[in-house]
Amino acid sequence: MAASKDALVDPIFNNNPIALQVLGICSALAITISMAQTLVMCAAVIFVLGMSSLIISAIRHWIPINIRIIVQMIIISSLVIVVDQFLKAFAYEISKSLSVFVGLIITNCIVLGRAEAFAMQNPPWLSFLDGIGNALGYSVILILVAFIREVFGAGTLLGYPVLATVGDGGWYQTNGLLLLSPSAFFIIGLLIWVLRAWKPAQVERPEYTIAPNLQYSEHYQHSKS
Amino acid sequence: MNLRKWLDRIEPKFLKGGSLQAFYPLYEAIDTALYTPGKTTAGATHVRDGIDLKRIMITVWLAAWIPGFFGMFFVGLQANEAMQTLGQTELAGWRGWFLNMLTGFDPNSVWDNFLHGFFYFMPIYIVTFTAGILAEAVFASRRGHEINEGFFVTSILYSLTLPATTPLWMVALGIVFGVVIGKEVFGGTGKNFLNPALTGRVFLYFAYPAQMSGDAVWVPVDGHTGATALGALATDGGYNTSWLTAFIGNIPGSMGETSTLAILLGASMLLIMRIASWRIMLGCLVGMVAMASFFNLVGSDDNPMFAIPWYWHLVLGGFAFGTVYMATDPVSAAMTDRGRLYYGFLVGVFCVLIRVANPAFPEGMMLAILFGNLFAPLCDYVVVQNNIKRRKRRMAHSG
Repeated sequence: MAASKDALVDPIFNNNPIALQVLGICSALAITISMAQTLVMCAAVIFVLGMSSLIISAIRHWIPINIRIIVQMIIISSLVIVVDQFLKAFAYEISKSLSVFVGLIITNCIVLGRAEAFAMQNPPWLSFLDGIGNALGYSVILILVAFIREVFGAGTLLGYPVLATVGDGGWYQTNGLLLLSPSAFFIIGLLIWVLRAWKPAQVERPEYTIAPNLQYSEHYQHSKS
Repeated sequence: MNLRKWLDRIEPKFLKGGSLQAFYPLYEAIDTALYTPGKTTAGATHVRDGIDLKRIMITVWLAAWIPGFFGMFFVGLQANEAMQTLGQTELAGWRGWFLNMLTGFDPNSVWDNFLHGFFYFMPIYIVTFTAGILAEAVFASRRGHEINEGFFVTSILYSLTLPATTPLWMVALGIVFGVVIGKEVFGGTGKNFLNPALTGRVFLYFAYPAQMSGDAVWVPVDGHTGATALGALATDGGYNTSWLTAFIGNIPGSMGETSTLAILLGASMLLIMRIASWRIMLGCLVGMVAMASFFNLVGSDDNPMFAIPWYWHLVLGGFAFGTVYMATDPVSAAMTDRGRLYYGFLVGVFCVLIRVANPAFPEGMMLAILFGNLFAPLCDYVVVQNNIKRRKRRMAHSG
């Protein structure tokens, strides 16, 4: 039981696909401008990642090793097309605003990454939980980013006004930078900072060490002796 | 009891193990800003000059006040002229409270003009300095490094790039972003790859475009609009000023960038004292002239910006200010001599390219310098690799 719990819970904070592995950044930048889009995107990724891990794991003994990437891609793209068609049928507006980014779940490194790294070596149930867990880890970061971007960028949340903006006669001056995709870089960077301050084990070892900045008086005493 | 003795007496409290150890950076900053750094070289060295980072930074800071004073005067002059045209004789708000008491609003009086501009620049500068130094002090205490004099330069350059009407809370937000994201997250002064002053400025530019660009923000009088010369060129296709006026600086613009004359004075100060790199300035100038001439030659039927000659590019917008004060930042520029030429050239080329070819940005110097900052390490790499190759060839020939 512990293994399945780890597979589900670990990727949320301890081994987060965005914050620690730094995968799936493209969609995190592109679609976090509004919370509604983000929630739909997260749901789509949870479905695709869970199902693809389950299916790939179920047939892993029959996948010829030389063409395994092709087989994985076929399964993933079929699932993505199902999601895409479903959204076009039942949530046309959202699907239009998400534009190509639903289709681009196929190229989301997290999906293929979990298939290669986990589903090919583990039984179906565990792989399914791992897929869901990673998708949840992805979702947690995306929802946080979308929250910051929509509330402080547009003064709304899920389209409802939460901060009275200057444009509507209120006090809050909306921050236009947050409506531009690059702002998600800053926000994700700051979230990684917070996460690593909370869990220092995630801090990478520096590639090289810089000599410490000595305080002047230490330096002075050092040079005197 | 004099100040030196008092500082010496309280020093032990700030050293390792002292009761106020956490505040050492603050103590150090105040001590060495007031007195010379106590660190001296011992023994035979190659030092040719007594100058250190602290003195370099303070010199740039002083030199930046030259365009600063000109800027204050011209901001005040334009504001007073606008008030005269609109028939206003008093100013509302807390600035008005001071100004109504201290002076009039006569555009013919040098004193009135200067003081009017002063009351726009100084609040911005004070807020910049306070907010920035607080952000820096927090990082300095947490990480045990010193508050660097670099911030003096950052603070004044950042203030000078702002329009006079910038709300003060925005000023504070921008400088904190510049100091934290532009510098401290990379480890502090000397480890940043972007110019922190411009990082703060570019944040404000994208976050609050309505307060940072357009034609209502440059002259601080309600109901008055005055587009920058580049803005007017981009929309109407004609010059709204004469070249000499633009050179002297009586044009709408960010506070420190308008007077090319004052900037040239500052530049000569920096060059004579050998503080700023002449190679970077030359590179910028050559790049700008080359790119402007290229666009002049190509020509365009529907874009009047193509026809701007280089001597107009020189006096409009932030080109001169950026070239002299921003691009020459020793940390974020290239480090090798030849690399500095390449880097400057790139900044000049990109400035004109963005101004002319990109309809969204009538001014491009800020983005060009930040772009140049990103390429500075590459410039150095190319120069170093070329040198290695040349020496290898020489070895092969002589061997």
